[in-house]
Amino acid sequence: MDFALTDLQRSLREEVLALGKRFPLDWWAERDRAGEYPWEFVRACAERGWLGLVVPESYGGAGLGISEAAVLLHAVGETGAGLSGASAVHFYVFPITPVIRHGSEALKQDVLPRAAQGELLTAFGVTEPTAGTDTSRIETRAERQGGRWLINGQKVWTTNAQNAAKILLLTRTSPRDDAAPFEGMTLFLADLDRDACEVRRIEKLGRAAVDSNEVFIHDLVATDEQVVGEVGRGFQHLLDGLNPERIVIGMEACGIGRAALRLASAYARERVVFDRPIGANQAVAHPLARAWADLEAAELVGMKAAWLYDQGRPCGLEANTAKLLGADAGFAACDAALQAHGGFGYAREYHVERLWREVRLARIAPISQEMVLNFLAQRALNLPRSY
Amino acid sequence: MKIVVTVKQVPDPNATQGLESDNTIARDREVVLDPGDEYGIEEGLVLKEAQGGEVILVSMGPERARDAIRKGLSMGADRGILITDEQLAGADALLTAKALAAAIKAESPDLVICATESYDGSTGMVPPMLAELLDMPQLTTAKQVEVSGSKVTIHRQTEDGYQVVEAETPALVTVTAGIAEPRYASLKGIMAARSKEVKQVGLSDLGIEKGEAAETVLAVNDAEARQAGEVVEDDGSVGVEKIMAVLQTAKVV
Repeated sequence: MDFALTDLQRSLREEVLALGKRFPLDWWAERDRAGEYPWEFVRACAERGWLGLVVPESYGGAGLGISEAAVLLHAVGETGAGLSGASAVHFYVFPITPVIRHGSEALKQDVLPRAAQGELLTAFGVTEPTAGTDTSRIETRAERQGGRWLINGQKVWTTNAQNAAKILLLTRTSPRDDAAPFEGMTLFLADLDRDACEVRRIEKLGRAAVDSNEVFIHDLVATDEQVVGEVGRGFQHLLDGLNPERIVIGMEACGIGRAALRLASAYARERVVFDRPIGANQAVAHPLARAWADLEAAELVGMKAAWLYDQGRPCGLEANTAKLLGADAGFAACDAALQAHGGFGYAREYHVERLWREVRLARIAPISQEMVLNFLAQRALNLPRSY
Repeated sequence: MKIVVTVKQVPDPNATQGLESDNTIARDREVVLDPGDEYGIEEGLVLKEAQGGEVILVSMGPERARDAIRKGLSMGADRGILITDEQLAGADALLTAKALAAAIKAESPDLVICATESYDGSTGMVPPMLAELLDMPQLTTAKQVEVSGSKVTIHRQTEDGYQVVEAETPALVTVTAGIAEPRYASLKGIMAARSKEVKQVGLSDLGIEKGEAAETVLAVNDAEARQAGEVVEDDGSVGVEKIMAVLQTAKVV
């Protein structure tokens, strides 16, 4: 067994941490306060080639694996950029993965080089208000009319829709069949035409810098070239990307936890109460030490899952475990860090509260902890399905 | 043009620093490429891009100093030489310079670029020793370097301006932090670095004997604490006069 990062992974990590120094905590706090998309940071990531990390080299990317994506996004979290930074990178890298694997040559040529350069921001439109995790019940439909597709419906929690030029849309192209509920859905990489799509920003607990939206779609036109993969097989195409995304989300949460622990341990070394640093008190030190240990464990599963994926081996159990443990460990670390700061933990000036608010999302999205446990119960323990 | 840039791995400037019992710098902690060396690498790459040629990184240190070279290769340098030998642990400036000189001599470079001093030891002695051992003119504290034919011209930073200094190549130049903004290593650069050569050599390969240390650190003391300044209480009438008096005494007005 070899647990060491490769030279490339270590170099990548070092570069991310170096960039982090140019985007300090106050910079992210201001993006969060103003709800401003972190364009400057994204451009710096694009210049460095990170946004094309998983895009094949023949389309202008680096053609690297999920292990590298995990290292990259973990390090982004570790800089203190939080989910504001991680999501900004994440949602360049992931919405286009179905195109890499299933898109037509014409679609790939059109989309991938621009995405790799950071010139194409894509909104991720899968979830719907009435369907939630029960994806087979989505109601947005695409109908063929006169040699093209007309799309109507509604999406919710659509990331990036304020600024995106394209939207990855999961639609129904034939009615739901109880015998095969996941058939009959089709994936489009459509133009986010503002005349046909009304986008409403959702005010939320955290990660204000990266917008989440409701999208109301009325007669959005899409062409055959914009269909990703096969008509009717959209859900299956999307599924390929779910494990990598879970791995990476778990690692993002761990990275954010690392940032929180760095802040908390620095504070606990310096803050003197009752004539000694508060870190000398075990009631302060132990929760931070426990959080550190939990992060170590979650990161190991995350990197194992990434390795399995990159080896082409099954990784569903590990990917879900990585997201479960990463989200919990990341949140627990931020919570312990907030507690260690006492009253100042509640003050924006100390930044931990932003990390705490942002990392909380990882326990809900892209899938809830409870649904992960359902999956593990069924697949790892062969227990009956509970829902 | 063949350019050698010397690079060093140092304890991370952002981390806590420490000393070993023999007053040498503790290296059992996070290490990075000396931030000062990034300027030398950048200048080497700029000269290479303008004139063609090759940038070779030479470092002395333990096996893990390979990471410092790798960083430079990711920025765009062509290959590296790592001088590593157990006998070199705790080497003083002279032994360091001898080892570097032996490795550099074998390359017959046109230009050797060093930082003015390392971040950790900060003696600033290795570059001049190296120039002497290589029998090269040294041009120090350059904030600008130009090479034209066999002539190298620098703007040498001084306290009140700069001097224009020139020499025939081969020459050794030390550069200041102001010379150029070091580039980052792009992902493509990092990927390319994977296939670049880092040659590892030991003292016997270089034909060097360790010999007696030329310097020993006898003691390390804290810098004297700064004296408290003079506080001028201003009741609204005398403040300006008092400040003027202080400034005049200091001959700054």
